[in-house]
Amino acid sequence: MARYIGKEMSRVEGIAKVTGRAKYAAEFRVPNLAYGFIVSSSIAKGTIKSIDTREAERAPGVIRVFTHLNAPKFRNDPQDRSFRALQSDRIYFNMQPVALVVAETYEQARYASRLVKVDYNAEKHQTDTEALLASARDPSHGRGTRVRGNPEVALREAPVKVEAEYRIPIEHHNPMEPHAAIAFWEGDRLTIFDKTQGVYEVRRHLASSFGIPEEDVTVISPFVGGAFGSALRPNYYPTLTAMAARELKRPVKIVYTRTQMFAGHGYRPYTIQRVALGADRSGKLTAIIHEAVHNTSSFEEFDDNTTGFARQVYACPNLRASLKIVSTDLHTPTWMRAPGAVSGMFALESAMDELAYALKIDPLQLRLINYAETDPESGKPWSSKALRECYLLGAKKFGWEKRKFEPRSMRDGEWLIGWGMATGVWGAFQAPAAARITLRADGTAHVVSATSDIGPGTYTAMTIIAAEFLGLKPEQIKFELGDTRFPRAPLEGGSMTTASVGSAVHGAAMAIVARLLDLANRNEDSPLKGAAASDVELLDGRLQLKSDPSRYVDAFDLMKRHNLNEITETFEARPSREREDYAMLAHGAQFVEVKVHSELGIVRVTRIVEVTACGRIVNPKTAHSQEIGGVVWGIGMALQEATEVDHRYGRIVNPNLQHYHVPVNADVLEVETIFVEEDDKIVNPLGVKGMGELGMVGIPAAIANAVFHATGKRIRELPITPDKLL
Amino acid sequence: MRPFKYARATSEAEAVQLVSATPTAKFLAGGTNLLDLMKEDVERPTQIVDLTRLSHLAQIRPTLNGISIGALATNAQVANHPLVRQNYPLLSRAILAGASAQIRNMATVGGNLMQRTRCPYFYDTAMPCNKREPGSGCAAFHGLNRMHAIFGYSDKCIATYPGDMANALYALDATVKIRGANGQERTIPIRDFHRLPGDTPEQDNNLQHGELIVAVELAKNDFAKHSYYLKVRDRASYAFALVAVAAALALEGDRIKQARVVLGGVAHKPWRSTEAEDALVGKEATEANFRAAAEAAMKEAKPLAHNAYKVELGKRAIVLALQRAMDETI
Amino acid sequence: MRCELITIKVNGEERTLAVAPNRTLLNLLREDLNLTGTKQGCDDGDCGACTVLVDGRPVLACIKLAAQCDGCEVTTIEGLAREGRLDRVQEAFWHEGGMQCGFCTPGMIMSSYALLQRNPHPTEAEIRQAISNNLCRCTGYTKIVAAVKRAATFAEFTQR
Repeated sequence: MARYIGKEMSRVEGIAKVTGRAKYAAEFRVPNLAYGFIVSSSIAKGTIKSIDTREAERAPGVIRVFTHLNAPKFRNDPQDRSFRALQSDRIYFNMQPVALVVAETYEQARYASRLVKVDYNAEKHQTDTEALLASARDPSHGRGTRVRGNPEVALREAPVKVEAEYRIPIEHHNPMEPHAAIAFWEGDRLTIFDKTQGVYEVRRHLASSFGIPEEDVTVISPFVGGAFGSALRPNYYPTLTAMAARELKRPVKIVYTRTQMFAGHGYRPYTIQRVALGADRSGKLTAIIHEAVHNTSSFEEFDDNTTGFARQVYACPNLRASLKIVSTDLHTPTWMRAPGAVSGMFALESAMDELAYALKIDPLQLRLINYAETDPESGKPWSSKALRECYLLGAKKFGWEKRKFEPRSMRDGEWLIGWGMATGVWGAFQAPAAARITLRADGTAHVVSATSDIGPGTYTAMTIIAAEFLGLKPEQIKFELGDTRFPRAPLEGGSMTTASVGSAVHGAAMAIVARLLDLANRNEDSPLKGAAASDVELLDGRLQLKSDPSRYVDAFDLMKRHNLNEITETFEARPSREREDYAMLAHGAQFVEVKVHSELGIVRVTRIVEVTACGRIVNPKTAHSQEIGGVVWGIGMALQEATEVDHRYGRIVNPNLQHYHVPVNADVLEVETIFVEEDDKIVNPLGVKGMGELGMVGIPAAIANAVFHATGKRIRELPITPDKLL
Repeated sequence: MRPFKYARATSEAEAVQLVSATPTAKFLAGGTNLLDLMKEDVERPTQIVDLTRLSHLAQIRPTLNGISIGALATNAQVANHPLVRQNYPLLSRAILAGASAQIRNMATVGGNLMQRTRCPYFYDTAMPCNKREPGSGCAAFHGLNRMHAIFGYSDKCIATYPGDMANALYALDATVKIRGANGQERTIPIRDFHRLPGDTPEQDNNLQHGELIVAVELAKNDFAKHSYYLKVRDRASYAFALVAVAAALALEGDRIKQARVVLGGVAHKPWRSTEAEDALVGKEATEANFRAAAEAAMKEAKPLAHNAYKVELGKRAIVLALQRAMDETI
Repeated sequence: MRCELITIKVNGEERTLAVAPNRTLLNLLREDLNLTGTKQGCDDGDCGACTVLVDGRPVLACIKLAAQCDGCEVTTIEGLAREGRLDRVQEAFWHEGGMQCGFCTPGMIMSSYALLQRNPHPTEAEIRQAISNNLCRCTGYTKIVAAVKRAATFAEFTQR
């Protein structure tokens, strides 16, 4: 019986956060700090004809102005084609850095940045995905080309079919913390404080860019003010910061402005999808054709795997799920919360709702009719799948059975009521990860791993896991992360941190137990003589036999007897072989009530019940928060978020939080999140699956479906703003 | 922000004199819009004259004929003032529909009237904008103009005035009291305060350089019983209006004696619809008459490529605002 | 650019400082006083992460000049806890889990603190409106609202 796993625990880093003591990348105190400010291009494509920095250099406080003419070249790395700034006169996207001003104060740097004069040879650009569809191509890896059965024929022969196109605009992550770095060099060794979802990835990128050994780069990132994918790939500011620090021989800090973030770290791509579904009259799917096209940049290939999950959601013998990309003169897109899944499922789950209406079958019923008992793509059994339970529990909590089928059939005064639902899906990923535990004879433990905590509660989850398997109280554990001096961990992305790093912490704790047992059994009189490591556990300082706790050794006495103040074990956890025999996904069902103002077209999401099945829950307190946060991301995507590009200029017109709307507090009403726990012994030793992305996946479709139910209007182009509903 | 000289004014006269002396000087009150624009390099004053010490300009006091609101009274102070809430609930409502708690604590009445457009092309120095840089062109005209004007624009500028408070002040026939460079005071009826863009969109209003708003005055009126401020926006709070309506009615028996319909988010200034008002006066307060007024209000609307929805939305918002003005008697 | 000499009381401590006229209150706090609990989220007055109290009222430090604060009393997140004891709003945010990444948290707490000073028993709608300028991208706000409600009950406790 778990003592801590599955119980609510307040964040171990919570006091640091509520008192303002938690230090984020831009907040470290470094002596003799200089401030960098990036100058951005005003054209989307072309070359820099000339650049005049004289006036900027003369401005008060300015130390140096870097441009492509005087900035050192980074080493070319064929494996890492991410954009590096100031390397040539070529402009690939609007708001691309063309200069870096470094000055004694932030204000001086920002002011002088206005004095840099750039002349361009502009070339004809194209930023509009819609205009480039003829050039759409397969991503080079060739994934997604496999066709199941004969979907075209099946669709043609289907007695009931629907077909439609869906559009999702560019969206930006907009974490509250702007990206920032502080870098300084000691000889040839670089230390950098960075906002990142993976310190090792930044280290690799910097070492490769500067042509120095990875061991000579230290990346520190203890707190990250949200990221959602925007700090996964190497962004261009850490190299710039480190370059300036090296050239000037003093520490340099660069912080993106909010506007620079819109061209500084990628975005959810502009995505056009066509979904065609065929079914027999009972509602059984006979054909799924799901095609997507989205944009990438002119210099890098990005693939959002938009239609990947469509292959695994419903039982259907005939399927084609493809993705094509087009090159635009915009910065490269990147992963943004629930990448691919939320885009693909918006289209597929809207189409399923359209099919339900074509069939006159309740939308939930249609999902149950097509429930995939095994993985339709691989034929493998599920490691666990409690989606049916999610559907049924969600429907009950929501009161779905009271729903009237016809659109515009429910009303509350001036407001039209709509109820909609959708399915959510995400992976149960695990990547190799390592953790190190030092158990001290004073009964405390220090646990470290170079993972990140961008907000989900990794500090707390790892503390819980360590406490559980070391048999200590959480307050006896100190967990640290975000530092390349700690053992390697994967990027905090894809909702795989607890599975990956948690398994490493678990493994390291097991290694500590084994080490203690070995120490104990060096004594001839050990009460644990003959026991294997798997037979014993640590609990409140006792190393005891699981089957008979009266046979124990005091672990800390044992260490003292051996003159050990501490013992340290490092463990790397890898995905098990067994995983390959199964299909593994996390699932969810979302039920949404909207009220749409009958005259003004305003949509209020008045009630959401979201039930998710993602294995075992380590800390319900933070887990619910994750899911609620995901739901609200879904609300933003459905109703508000859009990065607008004026294609004449190839330039984003709303790069700020004034014009790029994210949900505010008043947009959120009743949100209930429920977990159906799955006992999954396959996915990883802890039985946990991903949840951070999962929470938002079905929400945009569920809201669009609810809006259809309220108004009779099917909106296939996000966001659903009032003007679309008049 | 570009470097600038900073001076803290200790009297109105000093403030006016300091700004008048330098063509590129600006008054600073709450700063919620000016500082934002200075950071974006849209505003480039070389001299800032800080008014915040002129505390006498923050007073709200009754006058023989109504109320006088000092130019430095914050939006929060005005919206929550008992006299305003009681006699001018429309003003209180409009202010509370705008911005946020923090900004209402900072923004002043005078500053709010001086608020500049939120047109995104105006904010981005890499784009053409006649308001920011006369002669450079209007990028919005053939651009993304979902938020832009449907009334009174020119081919030079299609920006809208973004505020909420002023829409109510237009409905309530406020008077703006101004102190000029020569030390004399003058008044401008609020309807003449802001300008339409015409050929000089760089001028938002009819103040001369150096003139300082000292107060906004409201006369007594019969609108307190039936008024409503309706704001339609893309999210539930903290967003600029797609369309806003300040509606006020004064009744005599069953008939409408006086009516005010002012639209926000549709023009370079709060758009008082005398067409709608004329259609209402003398009529009964019925839905049919409200609809007729809404049609009249929108008759001259000239939507652009992406904002045709404002015509229909505006009509519906007018009807609803008038209905609520009748329902929500205070 | 000539510096302005200002006297400002920050978290109860009076300081006299020379500031460049174009330095904001936010940068004064973060860069000159190392009070980095006040966050820079947008630097344009749009996100609320820099909310501090000036003379008791919540304002946005990123769009206020430091020079304008001469003679003012400023309270930041660092000034809420007294003698190592968390303020009730901080306590409530921690216990309710009203935070994730923590970046909006100080501003959110300052706004909530000011709300409860003004209105000790806000309704849910009043809470949501009052802190709508404080954007949070992680939590979905639900637990933040719960935290403010809980802090309000703490107040009842102390009054009794």
